[in-house]
Amino acid sequence: MVRLKVKDMEFNYASVHVLKDIRIELAASEMLSVIGPNGAGKSTLLRCIDRILSPQKGCILLDGQDIKKMSRMELAKKMGYIPQSATQVFPATVFDVVLMGRRPHIGWRSGEEDTEKVLETLQMLNIEDLSMRDINELSGGQQQKVFIACALTQEPDVLLLDEPTSNLDIRHQLEVMDIIKNIVREKKISAIMAIHDLNLAARYADRIIMMNSGKIFSVGDPVSVLTPDNIKKVYGVEAEVIDKRGRPHIVPIRAVSKK
Amino acid sequence: MTSSTETSGTGTKRAEIKEQYKKFIGRKILFILFSLILIFIIAGISATLGSYPITVIEVYSILWHGVPKIVQNTAFIISHGFKEFFDTFFTTEEIVVWNLRLPRILMGILAGIGLAIAGTMMQGILRNPLASPFTLGISSGAGFGAALAIILGTGFVAGEYLVVGNAFIFALIPTFIILGLARYKRATPETMILGGIALFYIFSGLMALLMFFSEAEPAIEAYFWMIGSLGRASWDNLLPASIVLVGCVIPLMWKAWDINVMGAGDERAKSLGVNVERTRIFIMIIASLLTAGIICFTGCIGFIGLVAPHMCRMVIGGDNRFLIPAAGLFGGALLLGADTIARTIIPGVILPVGLVTYILGGTLFFYLLARRRREYW
Repeated sequence: MVRLKVKDMEFNYASVHVLKDIRIELAASEMLSVIGPNGAGKSTLLRCIDRILSPQKGCILLDGQDIKKMSRMELAKKMGYIPQSATQVFPATVFDVVLMGRRPHIGWRSGEEDTEKVLETLQMLNIEDLSMRDINELSGGQQQKVFIACALTQEPDVLLLDEPTSNLDIRHQLEVMDIIKNIVREKKISAIMAIHDLNLAARYADRIIMMNSGKIFSVGDPVSVLTPDNIKKVYGVEAEVIDKRGRPHIVPIRAVSKK
Repeated sequence: MTSSTETSGTGTKRAEIKEQYKKFIGRKILFILFSLILIFIIAGISATLGSYPITVIEVYSILWHGVPKIVQNTAFIISHGFKEFFDTFFTTEEIVVWNLRLPRILMGILAGIGLAIAGTMMQGILRNPLASPFTLGISSGAGFGAALAIILGTGFVAGEYLVVGNAFIFALIPTFIILGLARYKRATPETMILGGIALFYIFSGLMALLMFFSEAEPAIEAYFWMIGSLGRASWDNLLPASIVLVGCVIPLMWKAWDINVMGAGDERAKSLGVNVERTRIFIMIIASLLTAGIICFTGCIGFIGLVAPHMCRMVIGGDNRFLIPAAGLFGGALLLGADTIARTIIPGVILPVGLVTYILGGTLFFYLLARRRREYW
């Protein structure tokens, strides 16, 4: 059952083609990783799906509904987005930042139910001890967890994550990926994650989309997408691919020309 | 599957955080009440201070007995106006309290509340700690309008509202220019702030031009109009000022949550369902109307709108649902206190309140900044 469908999406920015011929299908409880070199269009793709940017062409269907016809609030109830960098946030406690995730569901007053949901996500991400701290005092990794908690509090059907592990040490990387994997499975959420680390993508994703210059180069399960040939063509890197417990593990060797 | 001990452990942790959060909110509400009480105290003290010799007890007696007199003669007030009513029914002491001090005190409270709230909103939507009600160039617009009226005698509304009308309308011109710019170039904080700076220079320059070619006295009058004073407060202009205040604060409070969310970045706000550009423009318009509606009566009293939100943020944090009323009430107390100092610090001289807010207020804020323990920004 297809939850999210992206059809023939195209996005231009000041007459520069950023995305072209984008076609994606995402099922419930599926984790999709989008990989590709810098400038391939991964972030733009996520932003177009969540209507932060408006694609010039194409349509996006969420559970059969065209998202262009939904109001922003309605879309926010179904889709959560975690942007890449930690922009400077106005002073706020962690609790209040996570509470922001309830905004699509509440008008003005936050009720008991909303507080409970916040507490639940705080616990899920293991950041309860940080609840009353100011978010700007936290490390990059901790902030990232807070923003993930905020998106989860929206209770979305689809979660879009832009490089969620870039600022994290190896422990936090695994922690965060495990949390997301669990949520995808237990809450039947679908996730699209733009990610740089090929090995994390290989290890956690159900399917991978490899992008190159704004187009989808290859799509499929990790083994079929992460081949030395593809990696050479898209990244210009000669790499060795080892099988580790049924998942590919990429060992880069050297940079080469893309031919 | 968690064991029962784990669940109870989590349960107590949750209960703990809930408690902490409730206390956190409790503190904010306490601060709001404290600010409200502070206003009453300062007002009570301010009413007894002044160059005309009236004892404290007399002042309170005058206030107490004045109320029934006003209520009984409402018809007269409506038909003949406040000034005639006071001249006919009140003694000199009563007039001093009721028609000189009281309107000034009330205007100080209203103006303080309005400017502080406008400042809080501007800081919120522009995500900039340096924003104030005057960030969009409103003060220089108003100053130019007032200067036109004072120096050249030209304006939109003839008669006694010449200066007021001009100040109000010209205060809003920079806002509308920036609105136009935002439509054309997208309503980002940068567009608005930079646009405001450019307009500040233009209108300040125009005002300086007027003053350059003017006679000394009107030029000085125009200049001190800008500095800001509560001396022009009267019962006649308290009514429109309060209508503006109530009419603007209610829609602003309604959007408080959205401003919170915008604080986390435009992208996150959009993903949380907020129409960022539209909200920014809406609030900019309301904050400008609020500011213009107040400064047309008082002149550009600086500093309150910038600093009241900061001082409150230091104590209660940045949640706008609480910060807006807190900063408002605290700003009212601040301005009232400043005016009380302004009219009593030099015996027999009534300084414009703007002088006090700039000099003393700036010093106070600098001191707080130097002494703060943690980065709250």
